[in-house]
Amino acid sequence: MRAISYAKLDTLFAKIAETHGVYLPVEGKKGTDYKRWEQGDVYSTALNSNRSPKDIFFPQSENLMDFKVEGKSIEIVDTRSESEDFVIFGVRACDVKSIEVLDRVFLKEPADSYYENRRSHAVIMSMACTKPAETCFCKTFGIDPAEPMGDIACWVDGEVLYMNANTEKGEALLEKLEGITEEASADAADTAKALITERMAKLPLAALKADAFGAGKTQKYFDHPAWAELSEACLGCGTCTYVCPTCQCYDIKDFNTGHGVKRFRCWDSCMYSDFTQMSAGQPRLTQLERFRQRFMHKLVYYPENNDGMFSCVGCGRCLAKCPIKMNIAKVMKTIGKENDND
Amino acid sequence: MIKEPLMPVIGVVTDIRIDTPDVRTFRVVTPNGEKPFIHKPGQCAMLSMPGVGEAMFSITSSPTNTEFMEFSIKKCGCLTDWLHAMEVGQQVTVRGPYGNAFPVDTEFTGKDMLFIAGGIGLAPLRSVINYCRHYRDRYGRIDIVYGSRTKDDLVDYNEIITEWIGDDDVHVHLTIDREQEGWDGHVGFVPSYVKELGFSTENRIGILCGPPIMIKFTLQGLVDMGFEKSQIYTTLEMRMKCGIGKCGRCNVGSKYICKDGPVFRFDELDELPDEY
Repeated sequence: MRAISYAKLDTLFAKIAETHGVYLPVEGKKGTDYKRWEQGDVYSTALNSNRSPKDIFFPQSENLMDFKVEGKSIEIVDTRSESEDFVIFGVRACDVKSIEVLDRVFLKEPADSYYENRRSHAVIMSMACTKPAETCFCKTFGIDPAEPMGDIACWVDGEVLYMNANTEKGEALLEKLEGITEEASADAADTAKALITERMAKLPLAALKADAFGAGKTQKYFDHPAWAELSEACLGCGTCTYVCPTCQCYDIKDFNTGHGVKRFRCWDSCMYSDFTQMSAGQPRLTQLERFRQRFMHKLVYYPENNDGMFSCVGCGRCLAKCPIKMNIAKVMKTIGKENDND
Repeated sequence: MIKEPLMPVIGVVTDIRIDTPDVRTFRVVTPNGEKPFIHKPGQCAMLSMPGVGEAMFSITSSPTNTEFMEFSIKKCGCLTDWLHAMEVGQQVTVRGPYGNAFPVDTEFTGKDMLFIAGGIGLAPLRSVINYCRHYRDRYGRIDIVYGSRTKDDLVDYNEIITEWIGDDDVHVHLTIDREQEGWDGHVGFVPSYVKELGFSTENRIGILCGPPIMIKFTLQGLVDMGFEKSQIYTTLEMRMKCGIGKCGRCNVGSKYICKDGPVFRFDELDELPDEY
């Protein structure tokens, strides 16, 4: 375990920035979001950024490749370049887990080289929570916000930031920082850990369980009558998808610049009607079907393909942002309810 | 940097065959004149014209054809409109192969084959039919029931007439929806024609592809004849962007049609939500 005075965070970031890009949550006009650190930026202690650090690995919009079209000929231009080494600081335990959820999609063979490139150059410095919110339910998915994963786990206790390496990558970075950090005892962050554990237990969603869901539950829940009521007010706005750290569906579109064609990848949402629209027909005609797809995917289909791991980390962003106050916690409580009587 | 699965290669269109008023078959090779890649019967590829779009199409030529790849494409949207308007010599992009394939070298070996298609539904089956014709001694009797709205809408008509019909123990049963001048063949819908013909279930594999309504009634007809759903295969169509199970569009239950499909047995489909 290493320690540095919380007042010296700038020194820490500046030291890391000598060899790595640094990304961290910073408060702006529209709330807290991840950005590239520059001298003067202040690390935001906000519990959750508006959007998770998903953007850093899987940008909302990215150029995949270019094409030069001349007469009947086409030239493909590979626009990829090797990513720099970078550190993401301050990632909450839920968001760290979400990166593992994304890894299982993008790094599965055949791996997505755009994602793999950034992912392989990243060092994650996670941050234990101090003040969890009413919308938090990471424990439902087995995540412990007192012991965040990531290459280096961090805790703040009063005026001190404690850092502990979880991986070789993390150890290597901590070694580089030895000049500005001090050795701390292995139990130095225990008080901070105990406090968060105590606070988590008092949250309104502390008792929410995911046991009713997982692989093999498709037949059981697909035709559940409650989908109709749950989805009735859904606007299909896709906000839940965009703030979700694990949603990973995407669209690919071409843009003709007049000097050539750029092929882009953009985030997409299964909540949108044209997501599955074909010239031959539309397999999901109603919002009920689209709504159901999103939750069945996170709670049943994804676990079926990923050793039981859920595609929700309980970050609570969708609880806070949904304009009609619908969310996955309500879905789980309603659809999974019958299970109590099994 | 590792190989990128979304990165296509260049394909050159060397031949365009007009099949029907709205279906054309495009022959594609690499700029070196080679087949773009090896595939198995039933697999698909992403074809694109940069700036217009990219979409998944079944590869209609047989893997036994080592010189080129063919795609039979119906005009029904932006990209397909563009493809129908292009001329020989045009370059496009192609990537693949995607998806599973019909189990031609395992489950199908030694079986009597019953192919049932409607309209453009013949396109994905042509690769399987020609594969079976190429390795003729590996399969039993081959029946092909194929129907379309009119005589002019029969895809691959010339190939059927000049090649398939003459093959040993290959029985082609063509039908069109309504009477038409110059047509002395069968008239009627595919599902009822299949019933009329009647097929024994023993040692036979059925493969269906066509409009959903045709699939529905033909499947019912076959089940009524005594076929097990595990004897009957189909190939599905969903909107796709990546082809490798990541973009999420073709997700049905825990399956991705692009990589776990597009070929399914009907007993397997019973396990999936009815969203395809």
